[in-house]
Amino acid sequence: MRQPKEYFVVTFATTTGAMAMEEACRTQNIPGRLIPVPRSITAGCGMCWAAPPDAGKAVEQLVIREKLDVSGLYSVFI
Amino acid sequence: MIYLDNAATTRPKPREVVQAVVDAMQNFGNSGRGTHDEALTAARMIYDTRNSIARLLGGTKGENVVFTANSTEALNVAIFGLLDAGSHIISTDLEHNSVLRPLYRLEKAGAQLSFLPADKNGQINLQDLEKYLQTNTKAVVCTHASNVTGDVVDITAVGKFCRKHHLLFILDASQTAGVFPINLQEQNIDVVCFTGHKSLLGPQGTGGLCFREGLEIRPWKTGGTGVQSYLTEQPSQYPTRLEAGTLNGHGLAGLHAALKLRLATGLEAFRSNELALARRFYEGVRKLPGVKVYGNFAATLRAPIVTLNIGNEDAAQIADELARRFDIATRPGAHCAPRLHRALGTQQQGAVRFSWSWANTATETDAAIEAIRILAEESK
Repeated sequence: MRQPKEYFVVTFATTTGAMAMEEACRTQNIPGRLIPVPRSITAGCGMCWAAPPDAGKAVEQLVIREKLDVSGLYSVFI
Repeated sequence: MIYLDNAATTRPKPREVVQAVVDAMQNFGNSGRGTHDEALTAARMIYDTRNSIARLLGGTKGENVVFTANSTEALNVAIFGLLDAGSHIISTDLEHNSVLRPLYRLEKAGAQLSFLPADKNGQINLQDLEKYLQTNTKAVVCTHASNVTGDVVDITAVGKFCRKHHLLFILDASQTAGVFPINLQEQNIDVVCFTGHKSLLGPQGTGGLCFREGLEIRPWKTGGTGVQSYLTEQPSQYPTRLEAGTLNGHGLAGLHAALKLRLATGLEAFRSNELALARRFYEGVRKLPGVKVYGNFAATLRAPIVTLNIGNEDAAQIADELARRFDIATRPGAHCAPRLHRALGTQQQGAVRFSWSWANTATETDAAIEAIRILAEESK
C-alpha cells in the first residue's frame, strides 16, 4: 500500500451532490477527484471529493460561492 | 409498415438514442456505486440528464428531478407522497388510469375526489374548477393533453387557479413533455410527471418527476442508495430520497441522447412535422361518410393525435383491418381513459387512435387517409 498523504476532503449526502462538486471543480480548474469515502470519515459506501491540501481554500470558497450541497469538509490522511 | 401509434410509444427511436443505450450496456457501471471510471461515467451521464430535464421543464435544479420507470410510477410517487386520506382532490374526466387508479386508491382510504366533467366531444371547462373547491381541497391532478383526443389543457390557467387557492398542482405530462412548453416555475406547477419513451423519444423504462423547491414528498420505497449506508431510513435528501435501488442507467443513457437532440433542435422544430401530419390526416378523413372524429380541432395547438370511429363499426376490428390489410399500426379500445370514453359515448365501441411522431411522413399519412376512405366505403 502507498504511504498516507494529506487531502482536503468534501463529503456529500447524495451522488448528485458529488457530481455537482466534480462539475464545479472541473469548470473552475480546481484539482481533485472523486474517491470512496475513507473510513476515518465514515465507513459508508458513498463518494467524496479529495483535493490536494493546498487547494483546500479554493474548494471551500467554491462550496460557498456555488452553494454546493455538501455534508462535511475534512483534512485527512488517506 | 406505417407506425401511427406514437402516443403509446414513439417508434423508431433516433439512431443516437439506440447507440447511446448500446454504448451504456457495453461500458457503464452502476451510477453512485463506487468511484471507478465505469461507475462515474454512468453517474455523470445521469447527473447531466437530471439537469437537462430541469432545464426542459423549467425546474430549479437537477436535484429536484427524480427518475422512475415511467409516468405511472412518477404519478404514484407524487400522489401518494403528497396527498392522503384527508385530502380532497380535483381532477378531470380526461385522465388516464395512471392518474385515476392512484386517486381511486386514495378515495378508498377516505380521500374525496371531484372530476371536472367532459362533454360528449371530450371538452372540459376550466372555469368550472371553482365550483369544485372545498375547505379540504389539497390539489389538482390533471393531464396536459388527452391521450385520446390530443386536446391540450390550459395548464397556465390551472396553475393560476392552484396558486390562488393554495393548492398543489400535479401535472401528467405523458403526452407533452418535449413537445409542448412546460415551465414549472412560471406556470405554478408543483410536480411534472413525465415518461421518457413517448414524445421525449427515449427508451421505455425511463421517466420521472420534476418538482418545485421545498416540496416534501414522502418516499414510498426504501432501499439501497449507494450513500449513507448505516442509516436505517431512506436518506432525506433529493433525489436519493425517492430513488431506492439501481437506476435504469442504460435507459437513461438513451434518454440523455434524446434530450441532447431535443435541446439542440428546439421544441418547435421537433413538433412542427408531427402536428402538420396530424392536421393533414384530420382534414383528409373528417368529411368521409360515417367517420366521426373526437376532440376540438378548432384549436391549432394540440397533441399529434386523431381518434375516430367509422359508423358503428367495432374500433378493435377497424384497427385489426388497418394492421392486417393496410399494414398500419394504430390503437383501438379505451386507451386507459375510461371516464373520457364514457363522456364520448364510446365505452362499448371504443375508438381508433392515430398518433404521429418525428419519423412519420406525408406519404404514410396519405396512405392512412386512403385506408380509412376504403373502410368507410365498405362500412356503408
